[in-house]
Amino acid sequence: MANNYYDSSDLKKFGEITEWGEELGNKFFEYYSKVFEEGALSAREKSLIALAVSHVVHCPYCIDAYTKDSLQRGITKEEMMEAVHVGAAIQSGATLVHGVQMMNKHKKLSM
Amino acid sequence: MATKSLLARKNKLSKPNEQLRFLSNGIFADGKLPSFAKKLKASEQFPLNPNTIEILQINVGYMCNQVCAHCHVDAGPDRKEIMTRNTMQQCLDVIKNTGAHTLDLTGGAPEMNPNFRWFVEEAFKIGVNDFIVRSNLTIIRSNPKYYDLPDFFKKHNIHVVSSMPHYTQDMTDRQRGSGVFKLSIKALEELNAVGYGKEGSNLQLDLVYNPTGAFLPADQKALENDFKKALKRDFNIEFNHLFAITNLPISRFLEYLIASDNYEDYMFALVEAFNPTAVANVMCKNTISVSWDGYLYDCDFNQMLDLKVASKVQHISEYNEKVLQNRGIITSQHCYGCTAGAGSSCQGSVI
Repeated sequence: MANNYYDSSDLKKFGEITEWGEELGNKFFEYYSKVFEEGALSAREKSLIALAVSHVVHCPYCIDAYTKDSLQRGITKEEMMEAVHVGAAIQSGATLVHGVQMMNKHKKLSM
Repeated sequence: MATKSLLARKNKLSKPNEQLRFLSNGIFADGKLPSFAKKLKASEQFPLNPNTIEILQINVGYMCNQVCAHCHVDAGPDRKEIMTRNTMQQCLDVIKNTGAHTLDLTGGAPEMNPNFRWFVEEAFKIGVNDFIVRSNLTIIRSNPKYYDLPDFFKKHNIHVVSSMPHYTQDMTDRQRGSGVFKLSIKALEELNAVGYGKEGSNLQLDLVYNPTGAFLPADQKALENDFKKALKRDFNIEFNHLFAITNLPISRFLEYLIASDNYEDYMFALVEAFNPTAVANVMCKNTISVSWDGYLYDCDFNQMLDLKVASKVQHISEYNEKVLQNRGIITSQHCYGCTAGAGSSCQGSVI
């Protein structure tokens, strides 16, 4: 077993989660592949959303997978970085909007 | 990026045997990945046999004005292998007298062969259903003696197939060399100007997309839509179809995969994407590849690996379609490149 928490070669073994829980595993992968099909959103747009979310949820496997997926779809590095900034903006916005709560509490407690 | 061929750099990967050895060792020798033959057997498609020969793909020489990072031919300005007029005449005789109906000229830059125009004129007189010239585009703008190529192509109803790995400069120049994108756009404008790729015109202009790194192409139709939209928007350029071609792990692309430590992951990706349905339509089923010196191969990739057809007919001078029909196609691990996903051929995906 690798002496670190993340090993990039583990991504190839993702499918093995069905071995310890076949029904739920299969349902998940079926759902997953359905989600990324062309729909009201193009597969290209979905790939960029996935790339942004991968960063927000700090998933190194997902970042590897969707960087590659973006390259395969001809997405440029500028588009990829803009998507990451969208994720970062939402994430930092989510932190900062709590500042209102802080202000509210501060005002309530202060004379 | 390298500015010389593997051969000129005396790189050991310039030797076909070294490449084949590499492709059979490591992950394929220790059983981490199955050999291509084993995979074919598992899907009951071994040995691979050809269908009727429809396409004659002729490599008229390895000389090229570019030194692309992914080139499976190891072409470049330093390569001197050039098809002679005598061998071209033998090819013309085959076209005249056999069932092959499509002619596909490749290189190197085929236009750099001194007998290129003579050959096109002679083949045009014979008449073929589809007459393809694989042009790298920049050759058209590389020297005034090539400036009239768009008109020459038009006059002989040539189907132009050109490499364009991306609709942006950055990704194109990384693969094909600095300045290639701008020259390619200029060449495409000139091809459009004489009618190539325009709506309502019979002059066919197709683009070839090769991934610009260690990844496989995505869906060909989606890529084609993106290319059409971007090239029209940014440069008012039009074309007919986009062929998405997977890079095969040989020659300079193999060198790149090894040097960038991507070889194993790339081979895993190819094997994982193996599609038994694509096997039925791979190009070696209906194509014969002819080298600059007249030898016959199952495909241009096998030509570069010096894997001649497994037939008593080995040379264009002794061409016999019935005898060639009965051969088994020679495969190795590089063939995974043509069977991944939607498959890959010189005409793009196969399913």
